[in-house]
Amino acid sequence: MTTFLRRTGMQIPWLKLLARHHVIWCLVVSALLPLNSYAADDPAANNRLEPALKLLKTGSFKEKLHAIELLAASGDPLALNYLKPLLQARLYYRKDNGDIVIAEREGSQYQLTAPVDGTALGRVKKRSIKKITINNAMRRLLREKIAGLSLTNPDPKIREAAVNEMITSRANGLARTLKGLVDQEEDASVKALMQTGIALGVLDTGTDEEKIAAISQLSHSLNPAVRNRLEQLSADAGTSKIGKAARKALVTIEGRVAFYNHIETLFFGLSLGSVLVLAAIGLAITFGVMGVINMAHGELIMLGAYTTYLIQQMMPAYIGWSLLVAVPAAFLVSGAVGIVIERGIIRFLYGRPLETLLATFGVSLILQQIVRTVISPQNVPVLNPSWMSGSLQVNSVLSLTYNRLYIIVFSLAVFIALFLVLKKTRLGLGVRAVSQNRAMARAMGVRSGRVDAMTFGLGSGIAGVAGVALSQLTNVGPNLGQSYIIDSFMVVVFGGVGSLLGTLVAGLSLGVANKILEPSVGAVLAKILVLVFIILFIQKRPRGLFPQKGRAVEN
Amino acid sequence: MVSKTLKKLAVTSVLATASLIGSGMGMAADTIKVGVLHSLSGTMAISETTLKDTVLMMIDQQNKKGGVLGKKLEPVVVDPASNWPLFAEKTRELLSKEKVDVIFGCWTSVSRKSVLPVLEELNGLLFYPVQYEGEESSRNVFYTGAAPNQQAIPAVDYLINEVGVKRWVLAGTDYVYPRTTNKILEAYLKAKGVKPDDIMINYTPFGHSDWQSIVSDIKKFGSTGKKTAVVSTINGDANVPFYKELGNQGISSEDIPVVAFSVGEEELAGIDTKPLVGHLAAWNYFMSVDTPENEKFIDAWHKFIKDDKRVTNDPMEATMIGFNLWVKAVEKAKTTNVDKVIDTMIGLETPNLTGGTAKVLKNHHITKPVLIGEIQDDGQFEVVWKTDKEVPGDAWSDYLEGSKDLIADWTKPIYCGNYNVKTKKCAGQKY
Repeated sequence: MTTFLRRTGMQIPWLKLLARHHVIWCLVVSALLPLNSYAADDPAANNRLEPALKLLKTGSFKEKLHAIELLAASGDPLALNYLKPLLQARLYYRKDNGDIVIAEREGSQYQLTAPVDGTALGRVKKRSIKKITINNAMRRLLREKIAGLSLTNPDPKIREAAVNEMITSRANGLARTLKGLVDQEEDASVKALMQTGIALGVLDTGTDEEKIAAISQLSHSLNPAVRNRLEQLSADAGTSKIGKAARKALVTIEGRVAFYNHIETLFFGLSLGSVLVLAAIGLAITFGVMGVINMAHGELIMLGAYTTYLIQQMMPAYIGWSLLVAVPAAFLVSGAVGIVIERGIIRFLYGRPLETLLATFGVSLILQQIVRTVISPQNVPVLNPSWMSGSLQVNSVLSLTYNRLYIIVFSLAVFIALFLVLKKTRLGLGVRAVSQNRAMARAMGVRSGRVDAMTFGLGSGIAGVAGVALSQLTNVGPNLGQSYIIDSFMVVVFGGVGSLLGTLVAGLSLGVANKILEPSVGAVLAKILVLVFIILFIQKRPRGLFPQKGRAVEN
Repeated sequence: MVSKTLKKLAVTSVLATASLIGSGMGMAADTIKVGVLHSLSGTMAISETTLKDTVLMMIDQQNKKGGVLGKKLEPVVVDPASNWPLFAEKTRELLSKEKVDVIFGCWTSVSRKSVLPVLEELNGLLFYPVQYEGEESSRNVFYTGAAPNQQAIPAVDYLINEVGVKRWVLAGTDYVYPRTTNKILEAYLKAKGVKPDDIMINYTPFGHSDWQSIVSDIKKFGSTGKKTAVVSTINGDANVPFYKELGNQGISSEDIPVVAFSVGEEELAGIDTKPLVGHLAAWNYFMSVDTPENEKFIDAWHKFIKDDKRVTNDPMEATMIGFNLWVKAVEKAKTTNVDKVIDTMIGLETPNLTGGTAKVLKNHHITKPVLIGEIQDDGQFEVVWKTDKEVPGDAWSDYLEGSKDLIADWTKPIYCGNYNVKTKKCAGQKY
């Protein structure tokens, strides 16, 4: 067996005749066997790679794909020295002598190293080397080949990817290869995946009893490859015992998939809802509590997002921490701008809502144009820290993206903080007093002007904080605010003007409703339906979900 | 004393003004006015400002060469502010008040449609430099951007033949360009034998930022084992959150590649390109194309805009081609008269930046090569596929019911933008 494999590993022309999957399998096994050591000191090693390396330098991607196959099939450990840098797009060749080199940009020049042993080959200008370009097909093949050579890699993540790759490509001899490895496997999730792979392999090769046992084992797996295989099986095997078993397993799987899909929809809805809550909660203070129609609310959100951008520009080495700094900074910036707007314009217009609306609309245009002129009319890049990227993989069908998870948590935290400020602090007491009965509050010695300014500042500051969160989800540009102002008013009005809790419930429920509708009617119609629903709802209950009660309101 | 000085002042200022006006008038007689109709504010300013600068650069270069017909070119820049009706008003202003001889402008299809009636009424001349959905050919417009058969169809062919795609997601923003393009693509795919079950069509509003459910649907759609690709006509900045969400949900360009028709160097310049690496775009020009013409153009652009970091993109090339063609036509016709220039244009050729030639066709479109590029981590594209030769632009799609029998031919005897080859009649309907 060993000698056979050794020979197949070397005889390239014979291998080429085989199906691709077979090649992978042979490679995997040959990688497991201790034949690597001998290839390195074989003087013919480089000669074996030579024809493949020559193909790499051609312009055609087909030839290059072939070259990768050849390199991987050579069984030479040196092949990895070429394959890995190729995948990272660091492989070049010299225009003068055609040598393949690894090039690293250093200033205006490129530092060259030899792929084989990493010796430095000096620095050259960009003109004298040419990059070996790769495309998606090559990337996929490279990953597959490197994975095939990495089934015994010490990193469980790499092993898992390698097994997954084999399952998806339905490699020949899957069950046999994995059976040899499964007992030594220590990582539980890799082990489970290997067992799935073995069962899938059995479906191709086993007896009927073995197949049925494998199917019942597979009915616990949510891996899409399993589902596709079972679907194929239930179609092929017809009404036989196996076909029935496959269909039964499929029903179980579909049921679980549907369950997780509902959870996913709920998560999407809550995350959209929490964005709405964040955008609207500042408005719930300025519009809800103070009764000011502030059309510049969106621009205060935008200022928060731009603050995040500026903070990231100031601390480029600490992107991971930038958001933590940006939250208080954005609160202060937007809060300060809010206080200036209140003291400078709005306080002269209390009790005249139409004029307030027009004046703040003007302010919003001015703020947008300031950003356009001072920073740039283009969108600015706000980076996602690494802890905000990627997703939490619950299982094969359910994964929750981290940025959304954090924003749900963040919006709840902001809500609770704001709630406590209004209920527990002196400022909160003042705010509630003034909003309930201004004249009486003033008679009791509350400096209503100062309270107005602070309240508006608080609402604006929260808008700025929302901007920090939004900068992680959407484009940061001068028009950022406009896209959220309508939604914000919608949420506040639906929840009940003046009710913080109403804003929370309204935002979350609108988000969930939107996401439930979206898959069936599309994003455009879902938005319209939600808006129509709110209009009808307001006809029935003009004060929203959680109306404020009391004599002050009745007047 | 005081009044005397005042009088003196008044007289001098009147004189000065008069001389200024005089010199202005003198100038006017010796210049050829070129209208620039691109939004410099509002949502489209992001893309269109660059094209305004490109036209200004071309005018500057031409003037340094001595102008056209011995006269200097004088740019007249107006700002239609991303406001579609304003495009029509500004066009009227350019044509009847400023009396410009040619207009370079418009980006969105809706702005072009709003300008068309004015152009045809006042007999103006517009060069339109952006890829669009086709289904139009006006006598007063030259379309130097790509028609669907110069961008969308070759891109789909590439995915079928080179990538082996079997399942298709057609995702777009909800307006005329994506809807028409997707209609054409759907018909094309069905003609190629793709089953309706294997096509998923999705539209989203402008500036859509919550892509969770759609990306999750795409993921499910693509998990059946058949190779899946997304053909994206998603517009402008909605792309960034879309690609981010793809990255976050773990869909890589190797699993499900996205080929986009509206994402170029300019759009990538402002964003973190990590989640986009390996996704595709189809254009007729990429900044990374390695030709001497392109190198010269990029150098000139950097010098003109005084910023080495600015990128060049496809609509800029189309603007440049349009400008050069117009200059050639004027020099050949020896006049800026619109009717004469329009008739002279057809058949003219000018080199493009990718080493080929752009030729003006009878339907007022031009020939263009089609390039497919993969996004790299530096925000540039690596060309992975290219048509053998230039593709002639087709005004009326061959795959749509109702337009497959139509052709546009602005030479005699047909002289019509929508001539029906079956009934042998010119429909005459204009826009």
